Amino acid sequence: MKSGFQNDEKESGLVQKFSIMGGDFHHAGYVSTQIKEILKELGIDSTIVRRAAIAAYEAEMNVVMYAQRGIFTLEVTPEQIRFVVEDEGQGIPDIELAMQEGYSTATPEMREMGFGAGMGLPNIKKNSDRFEITSEVGKGTCLNITIFLNQRKSQ
Amino acid sequence: MKLREIKELLQAELICGENHLETEIEAVCASDLMSDVLALGKPGMLLITGLTNVHSVRTADIIEAKAIIYVRGKKPDQEGIALAAKKGIPLLSTNHLMYEACGILYSCGLKSVRETGK
Repeated sequence: MKSGFQNDEKESGLVQKFSIMGGDFHHAGYVSTQIKEILKELGIDSTIVRRAAIAAYEAEMNVVMYAQRGIFTLEVTPEQIRFVVEDEGQGIPDIELAMQEGYSTATPEMREMGFGAGMGLPNIKKNSDRFEITSEVGKGTCLNITIFLNQRKSQ
Repeated sequence: MKLREIKELLQAELICGENHLETEIEAVCASDLMSDVLALGKPGMLLITGLTNVHSVRTADIIEAKAIIYVRGKKPDQEGIALAAKKGIPLLSTNHLMYEACGILYSCGLKSVRETGK
C-alpha cells in the first residue's frame, strides 16, 4: 500500500497526514475514501461530508495524474475542515486557465480512467468555502481548501 | 422509481446488492467521465456508465449514488465488485447501449440530475 497516514494530535482538533503517489491510478481515491469515513465518524453533517469528499477526491486525483508525489493533510477543528494538498510535480503555468471548466492537459491514459475532463479545480472551488492555489512550474502545487462546519453552502 | 423496476425496464442483470432492489432512485446521471459525475452528481442518483474500473464505484461512493448500471453488457472487475459490496452500492449490467438505457428510463419518468431540486 503506497498511501498511508500518520496521526498528530493538536489541541485544537484532529490532524492527519496521508501520502499520495503520482501515477498510482490503482490506489487513486483511497485517501479520499478514508477521509470521508473519518469525517462521517466525527458526526459531521452529511451534506458537508459529501462536499468535502468531492473536493478531497478531485485534489487527490490531481496529484495522482500530474505530480510525482504529494502529502494530503487533513485538519478538523470544531469550526472547519481544512485540506492542504502539497505536491512535487510539474506545477501549473497558468492557474487562471486551469481554473476554467473544460480546460485540461490530461493524457489519454487519464481519460481512460474516467478523469481529466478539466472539471477538477473548478469543482474543488465549488465544493469549498475557501480555496487557495499556489503553484511553481517545475516544483509543484499547493491547494488550501477550507469548508466551514457551521454554515451550509447551497448546491 | 425503485431500483427493481429499473432492473426490469433495462432487463439488467444484478451483479451485487440484492438487498438494495427496493431502493428509491431519484434521478440519473450517465457518463463515462467520472470528472463530470463528480461535478454534476447528486445524492440518491443512479449512475449509468460504461467505465468498468474501480473508479466508477469510488466515484459513486463519494457522491453518494444509490446504484450503478453498466451498459453494453459490461461488468466491473472484482475489485470494483468487492468495494461496492463493502459500501452497499448495488451494481447491475444491461445489454442496452447508454443512449438506449437513458431513453428508456427518461421516457418512464426518471429525470436527469439537473432536473432535480437537490
